[in-house]
Amino acid sequence: MPQDREIAIEVQNAVKHYGTFTALKTISLSIRDNEFFTLLGPSGCGKTTLLRMIAGFEDVTEGAIYLYGDEIDRLPPHKRPVNTVFQNYALFPHMTVLENVGFGLEMLGKSKAEARARAGEVLEMVRLSQFAARKPSQLSGGQQQRVALARALAPRPKVLLLDEPLSALDLKLRKAMQVELKHLQRETGITFIFVTHDQAEALTMSDRIAVMSEGELQQLGEAREIYERPRNVFVADFIGDTNLMEVTVDKVEGSRAQCHLGGGHKLTCDSVDGIGPGAKVHMSLRPERLFLSADPVEAESLSGTVRETIYIGTDIATVVELEDGPQFTIRSSNSTRGNARVFEAGTPVAVNMEMGAARLLVD
Amino acid sequence: MAKPYDLRRYPGFFGITILCLVILYAPLAVVAVYSFNASPSITIWEGFSLRWYVDVFTGPESAKFKEAAWNSFIIAIAAATTATVIATLAATAVLRTGKFRLRTLSVGLISLPLMVPEIVTAVATLIFFNAIAFERGLMTILFAHITFCIPFAYMPISARMQGIEASYEQAAMDLYATKRQAFMRILMPLMMPGIVSGFILAFIISLDDFIITNFVKGAGVETLPTAIFGAVKQGIKPNIMAISTLLLAVSILMVAFSWLIGRRNQVEGR
Amino acid sequence: MAGGAAPGGSVQSKTYREARGWLLLPAWVTLGILTLAPLTIMLVYSFLTKEFRGGVIWEFSLDAYDQFFFDRGLFGDEPPRIEWTYIGIFWRSIWQAGAATILSLLIGFPTACFIATRPEKERTLWVFLVTIPYWVNLLIRTVSMKFLLRDEGPLSDGLIAIGAISEPLGIVNTNLAVQLGLFYSYLPFMVLPIYAAVERYNFALSEAAADLYAPRWTVLRRILLPVVKPGIVAGCILVFVPSLGSFLAPDLLGGAKNFMIGSLIEEQFKGNAGNWPFGAAASMILLTLVLILLIASARQSQKRDG
Repeated sequence: MPQDREIAIEVQNAVKHYGTFTALKTISLSIRDNEFFTLLGPSGCGKTTLLRMIAGFEDVTEGAIYLYGDEIDRLPPHKRPVNTVFQNYALFPHMTVLENVGFGLEMLGKSKAEARARAGEVLEMVRLSQFAARKPSQLSGGQQQRVALARALAPRPKVLLLDEPLSALDLKLRKAMQVELKHLQRETGITFIFVTHDQAEALTMSDRIAVMSEGELQQLGEAREIYERPRNVFVADFIGDTNLMEVTVDKVEGSRAQCHLGGGHKLTCDSVDGIGPGAKVHMSLRPERLFLSADPVEAESLSGTVRETIYIGTDIATVVELEDGPQFTIRSSNSTRGNARVFEAGTPVAVNMEMGAARLLVD
Repeated sequence: MAKPYDLRRYPGFFGITILCLVILYAPLAVVAVYSFNASPSITIWEGFSLRWYVDVFTGPESAKFKEAAWNSFIIAIAAATTATVIATLAATAVLRTGKFRLRTLSVGLISLPLMVPEIVTAVATLIFFNAIAFERGLMTILFAHITFCIPFAYMPISARMQGIEASYEQAAMDLYATKRQAFMRILMPLMMPGIVSGFILAFIISLDDFIITNFVKGAGVETLPTAIFGAVKQGIKPNIMAISTLLLAVSILMVAFSWLIGRRNQVEGR
Repeated sequence: MAGGAAPGGSVQSKTYREARGWLLLPAWVTLGILTLAPLTIMLVYSFLTKEFRGGVIWEFSLDAYDQFFFDRGLFGDEPPRIEWTYIGIFWRSIWQAGAATILSLLIGFPTACFIATRPEKERTLWVFLVTIPYWVNLLIRTVSMKFLLRDEGPLSDGLIAIGAISEPLGIVNTNLAVQLGLFYSYLPFMVLPIYAAVERYNFALSEAAADLYAPRWTVLRRILLPVVKPGIVAGCILVFVPSLGSFLAPDLLGGAKNFMIGSLIEEQFKGNAGNWPFGAAASMILLTLVLILLIASARQSQKRDG
């Protein structure tokens, strides 16, 4: 049994069945004290189920969950010192903002005065003091969001759980709240477990990310690691944009692997353990790590024809079709200083890549 | 495996629900069972028999009950039909003619019979017929029934009409239908499920009424409820239980019918 | 009964605007002649002089109200004292209707909650089960209740047979029998609005409360009950109002001792012993009570929504 004070939440071999449906297949992970941890995945991947198991709203079919070394998976929600920010906030409509925020403290047996004082303090922190006497229905979406946050923070939980809390906000507000959440986490020093299906949001906010799919943990690591060294096809595809190609491995030398595309183009890729010569695997090429030129600039340059140019604003994306079929998307920054030469559709071009841009993946 | 902590379930609520259903059905079930009793006593069970059903149709009181049943039926049909027509027109006015000053007042007037206690309506109607010297009889019963049936017919009809978007009629008129044609060919068929449930509701409410009927009926005119009440006043007899069971069966058939219509309604809505 | 025919949300169309008058005319004529006019005439009758064989003499008089509230002795020449008989009957009616309402709430709320938390497909069936008895003739339901409850009835005999009681039940002609009868008459009116409210209730609120350390029954008391209160209030009104003026349950199950408003009024119009102005006055007082209750609850719900 883990006794480490550095581990806030320890999930050991947790399994969740709903009747014959398996929502979680044996998940184990540790969430460190004072980190911003994100559970990321498409809907139905089991991330919310895992969060609700930690909160106490779903029972654990098998396995165990520890909070700072204490097993909590048999406790009802009201006996777990963790608090949740709900997806649609779940603010009590019949209570004022102050009553909402003070509710948890009141339930913990604090005096009315003490609960009010602390609630006022937390409202100050989220800059909503002037709305203390209002009802939730009289607030905007963003304000309701901050009340929900204040309410969950007021009882000083050991871990704060956030269930897609920003999904109901518009883009601008969402960006602002991302920054604010990150600040609040630093300020309070509370461990945040954040659930989202938005990979960009996860990359922006998290110390570490657990990518989940179909009830399984796909990869766990820091944001940069997840983006740059995806372990498998799902992670590479789900996080950011990428070009996925099938390649055949010819030779492996240390961390380098010589491969060729279907049409015979030769490439050098970053290798992964467990992939040997002769294997047919997928390779990921991030579009921003490719660049175009009129003529080949290196031995491994691939030649093709421009099919389409898409104006994105910050970037320009160019779709290139190689001679024998496969298509690449290349992104270049939309600035006059860079190499942003725009190629017309139909122009023959060469696709070049940075060192280590091509990465082999397990399926 | 631990029992999940489900905040939707409260211990004991299932038990109370079962208790609730037992209370609701026990009296009806007991009466239905005893209506098949062979004994002329209502207390002792002497085996299964249909004699009281035979008695209802051929016994000494059968003529009285037959006439009362016929009156009830005629009044219910006439009252429900009239109330449904009035309610359909009123719902069209309230929901399909824009905003107008008397709108809220009209809706208030239509729901008035629901808000006034039945006994008060009964007294008021009796006094009214007396004041205008209108002789009490089948007609007074019918008029009173039409009145309190209107809100019951109105509820499902207006609920249904609210669910029908104005674009259907607009499309019809865009395709060269006149307003009358749009009403008859588009709105009416779409509203039919609401109209049918309104009619059934009004029919049952009319059949059910005792208090108001008892006040406004003329001497010697009986409907089934007043006839049964008169008989029960002299003690519950087995033939009353047989009549009750027959009425129970009619009610259940009607509800089942309106439920089927409601379900078809829902399926269409999806 | 209250609520019923709501005006309904937005006005969607003006298609039949020109025909509005003709569409509304039948409803206005019918309800105007057969509801508004009778209520007005009833008000007038309550201020007339009684005629001894039923009916009225067209002479203004406050006798009906005076008789209701004051006792002036057998010959009407003593100084007025408060007459408690009729106030007492009203008071008992309010008490009986209140008890029936509470009984309905105690059974109806858990039932409504249970039904509303069933899987969606099952819910219609449960609602159906609760409402079927309502479609059975009220008279027949009340008679059935009497048949079940009477001494020598199946319930009493059954309880004696299993040794739960030694004497016959003796429940008919008591307050309890009337309350049971009223409860039985109007229970679905309690269940349906509460069911509708709980079905709309967002159970994430319960989870949020549990997450904030509220135990299960505290969640019920502090969150669920206050949030579904409009449904509960509607249910209580829908049971209380018809119970207050009911006639069948007190008449068949209560007997002479447990006289309620409905029977008091009915008596004034039966045979030759009646007193029409007095009956009209009692009806007016009942109507006033009910309207005050309805207006107060409408105000309350307006305040809540605004």
